[in-house]
Amino acid sequence: MTAQDYNFAYLDEQTKRMIRRAILKGIAVPGYQVPFASREMPMPYGWGTGGVQVTAACLTPDDTLKVIDQGADDTTNAVSIRKFFQRTAGVAVTEATDQASIIQTRHRIPEAPLTEGQILVYQVPIPEPLRFLEPRETETRKMHELEEYGLMHVKLYEDIARHGTIATSYAYPVKVEGRYVMDPSPIPKFDNPKLSDSPAIQLFGAGREQRIYALPPYTQVVSLDFDDHPFVASKADHDCDLCGAGTSYLDEVITDDQGGRMFVCSDTDFCRARREAGHVGRLGTPAPSLEAAQ
Amino acid sequence: MYVAVKGGEQAIDAAHAWLAEERRGDPSIAELTVPQIRAQLALAVNRVMAEGSLYDPDLAALAIKQARGDLIEAVFLIRAYRTTLPRLGSSRPIDTGRMAVIRRVSATFKDLPGGQVLGPTFDYTHRLLDFTLMAEGETPPAQTRPAVQPAGQGPVDVPHVTAFLNRDGLIQTEAASDTPPPDLTREPMELPAARPLRLQALTRGDEGFVLSLAYSTQRGYGRTHAFIGELRIGSVAVELEIPELGFAVEIGDIELTECETVNQFTGSKTEPPQFTRGYGLVFGQSERKAISMSLVDRALRWKELGEDFVGAPAQDEEFVLMHADNVQATGFLEHIKLPHYVDFQSELELIRRLRAEATAAQEAAE
Amino acid sequence: MTPDALTGGFSDAPVQSAHAFRASLEAMARPGSLHTLTGAIPPAPLSVAAGVLVLTLCDGTTPVHLAGAHDCAPLRDWITFHTGAPLVGAAQAAFAIGTWDALQPVSRFAIGQPDYPDRSATLLVECATLSATGPRLHGPGINGTAQLSLPETAAFIANRAQFPLGFDCFFTAGAHVAGLPRSTIVEAL
Repeated sequence: MTAQDYNFAYLDEQTKRMIRRAILKGIAVPGYQVPFASREMPMPYGWGTGGVQVTAACLTPDDTLKVIDQGADDTTNAVSIRKFFQRTAGVAVTEATDQASIIQTRHRIPEAPLTEGQILVYQVPIPEPLRFLEPRETETRKMHELEEYGLMHVKLYEDIARHGTIATSYAYPVKVEGRYVMDPSPIPKFDNPKLSDSPAIQLFGAGREQRIYALPPYTQVVSLDFDDHPFVASKADHDCDLCGAGTSYLDEVITDDQGGRMFVCSDTDFCRARREAGHVGRLGTPAPSLEAAQ
Repeated sequence: MYVAVKGGEQAIDAAHAWLAEERRGDPSIAELTVPQIRAQLALAVNRVMAEGSLYDPDLAALAIKQARGDLIEAVFLIRAYRTTLPRLGSSRPIDTGRMAVIRRVSATFKDLPGGQVLGPTFDYTHRLLDFTLMAEGETPPAQTRPAVQPAGQGPVDVPHVTAFLNRDGLIQTEAASDTPPPDLTREPMELPAARPLRLQALTRGDEGFVLSLAYSTQRGYGRTHAFIGELRIGSVAVELEIPELGFAVEIGDIELTECETVNQFTGSKTEPPQFTRGYGLVFGQSERKAISMSLVDRALRWKELGEDFVGAPAQDEEFVLMHADNVQATGFLEHIKLPHYVDFQSELELIRRLRAEATAAQEAAE
Repeated sequence: MTPDALTGGFSDAPVQSAHAFRASLEAMARPGSLHTLTGAIPPAPLSVAAGVLVLTLCDGTTPVHLAGAHDCAPLRDWITFHTGAPLVGAAQAAFAIGTWDALQPVSRFAIGQPDYPDRSATLLVECATLSATGPRLHGPGINGTAQLSLPETAAFIANRAQFPLGFDCFFTAGAHVAGLPRSTIVEAL
């Protein structure tokens, strides 16, 4: 297979038009899931086909693309998707959040603040926030129509009754501009506050479930909670062992079979930049420069 | 020292190289050719064409070779290829009444116009391993072959069994319609789905899934008392309307399996009792799939035929249609192999905190 | 078919439509912001920006309505040749093109259904000029407030009142485009 056999950014123009129209309607009705005729992509459903189709519909040859999975640029699926667009769209790629014009992500929002002109594309497995409470699309669609979100509040309240706290730690539901309840994709709830009032455009693509939804910039996004149990964005109570950051979301890494573990930034670019700037964590060594790494 | 997942790119390249080597297998054994697969594993090719929604035996054979015989993977390869193809036009509806049949059986009539043609079937074979095949011996040629009549040449009318019943008003009539059917591959699935959309989803649905659902109706989960009114396999001509010419031209033949079931009758005070129908149509010789499809089709028609919803899975349109596609299913199933450590980490923190709070509360109580 | 129906399309559709989409996405996502669209040379009276939007977003699956002076043979032929979009009455249109006056009454256009608010029309409103002056906008996409030279305010206030139903607008003048989704709250100044 050579890249020349396929159209720019892989998808044919008619498919891109269909996706682009869905994106624009998604922007016009923030948080509402627009059905779209998702195509089979050359990677499996569930592996980012929705995000890939949204990215393909947005890319221009002038873009610089960053792809992350779990916050990291070098996880295998991120590498695979980045390579796909290098091959089919010939776009420049980067690991630096501030250098990217389009960032496709799975399960994280980068630590570095996003800016105007950037687009964050989320890969979404199950776009329907009510799906685990009501498996039928015909029912959940009606619930969104009637703003019948009581079931969701009941579920969260049952958590509090049983555990003393809301036991949802990722894919934590949000309400957009006071209207639609939305699934922010399986990002940790630590990332939820970054959804709101972002200068960047945020687009969500669910390929298998055939839905696209969007948050325009500067959109009010509120994590669902209760007055007596307010939403708290939580993370591991540690600093990064490599760069010493105390405010970034951390992955826990098991280092031996004696219970040894360390905590490291899940955002590899954020961590690298801090280490390059001379920050060193408990177990870290100063990082080689990015140029040397490449 | 922390090394974690650096080097994803090299790992992927190495995995691909290894995969290619495994696909080829022992190089001292002759490589399987695509024509061999097409000719000798034709039923696998048919399944890949049916579930891949692309009638191209050569590409299906290639996909099977590339997928190392994993048919769902082969279906996926075909789907991913198919979706890149431009739409040049839509064919006219095919006419299965003019099928050049190689097999045609009816379970409801002993004999019928056009005759029963057993054709190349496993049905009455004794399932004994044939060790002459292992010794690569030759199978003797069939003693008599039905006169193979190419589609489109001369009248090949083989009337449908259900048409005989229809003539007497014994089976419910399907209203003809010129409404273009929705296209599952071009429009998002919308529920509730009309029958044309359901049939599209079923014909490309996973054979195992559709089979099990059909079987469940036979065992009582939405029973419809199906008989095979007719099962026919053969080739039909595909015609394309050429606007510049003002008429349709034949662009080729495709092999199909069609199944029509005759099911338990319904009736009311105003309508005398009538048999009802289920329908299956699948690319290639795929009779298990076609029969399964027609049973599930019939079960899904409960509302239109005034039956009760008994809660059977095969009656549940949303359940059936949303889970029949094996490319979707396998993708989502297998995606849990991808890293989820961010989500898992958030769960870890939560559970540690809940446990700490519970322990503290317990200690405070003691 | 008029001769210039065949010309004025994209010379490199994949790349030109990609740039055009990004500009129109920014326009719709940041109501009131002005962007430039180039690459199409449509027949009069269609503006370059509206022509680019048509080539980028319309095809055989999107019924188009031409209103007023825009409903002319050269433009009908151009749209048919380049996009294959069926030309329809206002109520069936996915896209409607005309001046604000010609598009009246805008209550003719689809505003979506309560369960499918996306099934609504997008209006391409041709304007003489566009500038960041006039009625005040706030809502999603706007950091604080913005201003846009809208042809009026009452219709957009009424459109917002139907949210999440409603039509969405692109305003075009020459090569310039601005967006106004149904979510924007419009106030007369």
